[in-house]
Amino acid sequence: MLGYIIRRAMFSLVTIFLVSILSFAIIQLPPGDYVDSYIAQLQATGTPVSEAEAENLRARYGLDEPFVVQYGLWMRQVLRGNLGTSMQWQRPVREVIGDRLALTVVVSLAALVFTWMIALPIGIFSAVRQYSIADYIATTIGFMGLAVPNFLFALVIMYIGWSVFGLNVGGLFSAEYELQGWSFGKFVNLLTHLPVPAIVLGTAATAQGIRVLRNNLLDELRKPYVVTARAKGLSETRLILKYPVRVALNPLASTIGYMLPFIVSGSVIVSIVLSLPTVGPVLLTSLVSQDMFLAGAIVLLLGVMTIIGTFLSDMILLLIDPRIRMEE
Amino acid sequence: MANEETPLLSVRDLQTHFYTDEGLVRAVDGVSFDIHRGKTLGIVGESGCGKSVTARSLMRIIDPPGRIIGGSILLRQERNDGSGQIDEIEIAELSDTGQDIRNIRGEVIGLVFQEPMTSFSPVHTIGNQIVEAIQLHRSMDDRQARERAVELLTMVGVSRPEERLDELPFQMSGGLRQRAMIAMALACEPDLLIADEPTTALDVTTQSQILELMQDLQEQTGMAIMLITHNLGVIAEMADDVVVMYLGQVVEKGTVDEIFYAPKHPYTKALLRSIPNIYQPSRVELPTITGSIPHPYNRPSGCPFHPRCPDYMPGTCDVDQPQTVTSKTGQEVRCFLYTEGAVRVDGSGNSEKEERQWSHTS
Amino acid sequence: MADKEDLSRKPDEPRDPDIARPEATVGAGADYNADTEAARQIGTEGSEAEDRVAVATQFQLMWWRFRRHRLAMIGGIVVLCFYMVVVFADFLAYTSPQASEAERSLMPPQRVYLFDDGSFNPHVFGLDSRRNPQTFQREYFANPDDKIELEFFAEGFEYNLLGFIPTNRHLIGTRDREIGESVFLLGTDVQGRDMWSRLMYATRISLTIGLIAVVISIILGVVMGGLSGFYGGWVDMVVQRVMELLYSIPTIPLWMGLAAAVPDHWSILRIYFAITLIIALIGWTELARVVRGRLLALREEDFVMAANLAGASQFRIIFVHLIPLVLSHIIAAISLALPAMIVAETSLSFLGLGLRPPAVSWGVLLQGAQNIQAVAITPWLLLPAIPVIVVILAFSFLGDGLRDAADPYGM
Repeated sequence: MLGYIIRRAMFSLVTIFLVSILSFAIIQLPPGDYVDSYIAQLQATGTPVSEAEAENLRARYGLDEPFVVQYGLWMRQVLRGNLGTSMQWQRPVREVIGDRLALTVVVSLAALVFTWMIALPIGIFSAVRQYSIADYIATTIGFMGLAVPNFLFALVIMYIGWSVFGLNVGGLFSAEYELQGWSFGKFVNLLTHLPVPAIVLGTAATAQGIRVLRNNLLDELRKPYVVTARAKGLSETRLILKYPVRVALNPLASTIGYMLPFIVSGSVIVSIVLSLPTVGPVLLTSLVSQDMFLAGAIVLLLGVMTIIGTFLSDMILLLIDPRIRMEE
Repeated sequence: MANEETPLLSVRDLQTHFYTDEGLVRAVDGVSFDIHRGKTLGIVGESGCGKSVTARSLMRIIDPPGRIIGGSILLRQERNDGSGQIDEIEIAELSDTGQDIRNIRGEVIGLVFQEPMTSFSPVHTIGNQIVEAIQLHRSMDDRQARERAVELLTMVGVSRPEERLDELPFQMSGGLRQRAMIAMALACEPDLLIADEPTTALDVTTQSQILELMQDLQEQTGMAIMLITHNLGVIAEMADDVVVMYLGQVVEKGTVDEIFYAPKHPYTKALLRSIPNIYQPSRVELPTITGSIPHPYNRPSGCPFHPRCPDYMPGTCDVDQPQTVTSKTGQEVRCFLYTEGAVRVDGSGNSEKEERQWSHTS
Repeated sequence: MADKEDLSRKPDEPRDPDIARPEATVGAGADYNADTEAARQIGTEGSEAEDRVAVATQFQLMWWRFRRHRLAMIGGIVVLCFYMVVVFADFLAYTSPQASEAERSLMPPQRVYLFDDGSFNPHVFGLDSRRNPQTFQREYFANPDDKIELEFFAEGFEYNLLGFIPTNRHLIGTRDREIGESVFLLGTDVQGRDMWSRLMYATRISLTIGLIAVVISIILGVVMGGLSGFYGGWVDMVVQRVMELLYSIPTIPLWMGLAAAVPDHWSILRIYFAITLIIALIGWTELARVVRGRLLALREEDFVMAANLAGASQFRIIFVHLIPLVLSHIIAAISLALPAMIVAETSLSFLGLGLRPPAVSWGVLLQGAQNIQAVAITPWLLLPAIPVIVVILAFSFLGDGLRDAADPYGM
């Protein structure tokens, strides 16, 4: 068991390391370097920069060094909690995305909760009543959920909200709370705004979850241990909940690991459409304006977040599957 | 089959069919037999002949698209109040999810089957699963049920039963698991134990241990055993009466001695011939049954065995289904070789001819 | 009861059942013996069907199973129709996708009347425009007096059919007027470009970008999955880690990051290939997973051992013996990967990071519907969402059916 935990932790660390390289590569990708953009930025605002100053800046950021050295310098800063400065906002990256990152986590978790709340009962029901009308409906909805890209779904929801209910369903707060500090009222306001993004984000994952659970369960329902349990005289409901569902949950729990990146990915693009105050819209604007330290930091943090989430889901799996616990 | 006592369970003309997309499969097509207390009924046949479906029909655990569409399964049970009164329950007519059938499962009929690897839930401990079987039919608290579980494991010869209870199935060997399975099936002292290929997945030594265990337990408890197997050796060792099935029908039925020493049906004879025999001259090809089992969707017309039968009579066997004929000793066979004027089940026909034809049986 | 002693002398009876016990397995000896009358009455139809199954190639088997899957058949037909649009986009369009005219900005779709006084005579009514004095928006009204008759296979702008047959015939045209100035079946966008014609060209771009990305993904997936699944060991370890890495990080930010780095000044074609490459680089993992999983299973089969013993090279075993067996699974995986690729392109272009105007793709078209005001006032700009959803659904059904059909042990 300890071996398993260590293995997963090691894997997570390696993945984080690789993600950091990818993020840094993204920072480095655009032609020219940080100082070029910085100078261009300053000149645009009317502040000329001398050649000496530019050299100075380059030296400070190690921009003349090879990739590996630059990466090392950047990582050292990142590990100290310094993600660099956003050119566009003229503020440290940490300040720009702090709150937004927290809200990204909130939105993603809400979507995950929604996914499970819907996928679990529907998946079980449609497996137990295979080929019933309800099963067909659930399967079709599942297909639709998977087929509609979630930014389109967001657009459609917005359109319906606006044309049918006259509501603007975007955002996470009402206008009066938007600029306020945290209060109980703001928290409640957040809760009332969460369902729409949670549904939009969670639908594809829910569809996936229903399919995975249904297929797992259909496999499990044919296993001899179900017949054994039935032959004991157990009632159908208790039997299905105690045995096959329990067994089918394991692979589903392990799919959290895959769902999380999926949801976080989706949150970026959905946030842009629904104008949610998460990191998504900032990532887009930073990429468009080549504010690379900001963009790199966001890619890095999103990656790290999902990897930690995946690690946690592995630990949940460890708790619920005795077979992994016993494994040496 | 000369048992005067009223049978524990009487199956008459049982029909279980599967309504699949590809067509109708008559998995069990008019099967009749009796099971007596304290006796072992062996059911033998090639895979796909409907043995397991018959067994599962008795417990009403046929998976869809299978359904019992006809016949009767009569269970006779002594009333609990000590009056000696016998209640008759028609299992075929119970709802397959209702309370009535659930009271029979586990309590009156226990089931052990082939795959000891997968018959236990992989994520629950053995103890959890046995205790559940006990508590379903006995009002015991957790401690009492656990004690009973230990008792059961001891009974089936599991060492260190206390520890075993907390183990997960994958931590045990196949033989141990099958013992635990038997313990679980016997948790509520059923009147009938259905053993569906209980030793097929085990190695030879473990096989004989498990069979001996079942015999011992039968002596102790006086339960009836319905033993399903394709292994004639197991039948020879265990069974009192034997039912030979082919494509969902009983082709021959008799005592174990009748089946082994005086088989009537060409199929039974062919089965027996295909057993390797140490008295046979060496380097001779083992006789086999010609052909293979027809696809279930393409049942042959007439007698289902005729395409493979060495005694096939064109114009008869491929046209009509033979009727079941019964000898004086009660051996039954379903074949045209014996129907010419023989005593029919319905009582018509000539008993004299039957006498002559069957004389060597006595 | 029979007398054991007496009967045991019969030679064809087992003397001691115990001796025979472990081996006496019914059916084990039941060989198929073709020369007997065995086949005689099994049912002629049945045996023919069995023979047919016995000699069918893997793809025939797959096709028979696939045919039974009705939704997958429909999906397949829909996909086929979409690719017909790809091939004949310029025939189906009636005006150049770039022809813009501020005067025609944001025209709503026209209603097509099929009958005129009871006879078949498809026509639309011309639109008169007027600026709303309050909102300054241009508003359009159908003018019943201005009947524009449509005709089929009419002449229009010049193009090369299938890329090499010069022609100017189009599916529809008008009898007496310049069609690009009078007919707007699906309305126009802000710059007054005809949505129908743009949609045709967008379909061509969006569906081919997915196709090319999938081809690159297959090559990557088959090579990586093939090496990983066949060699196992450390090769497998490395490939597995790379795949898990790509699985465990959010792909959209990664796509965005890479796509944003594509320089603006590149030509449409270069951007097109760059975006294709980015999508493929991230999307190959699923294909690799399928190939690897199947190869791991097949590697243990006897015929691989036989090939090894016969001295076949590893390369030959993988690519000559094993990959063909995995082919059906690869085809199924492709049809499931394609919609993901299409969505990726659409998403990136929608965000302005993928293809950029003047290229037209579904994502580029949907940019017009990016904000709530646009969607509320000009809902027809959301129309390109319909082909996206339909084609993805069709691919999903098709892929599901193919996957089921590809699995020889499937139900």
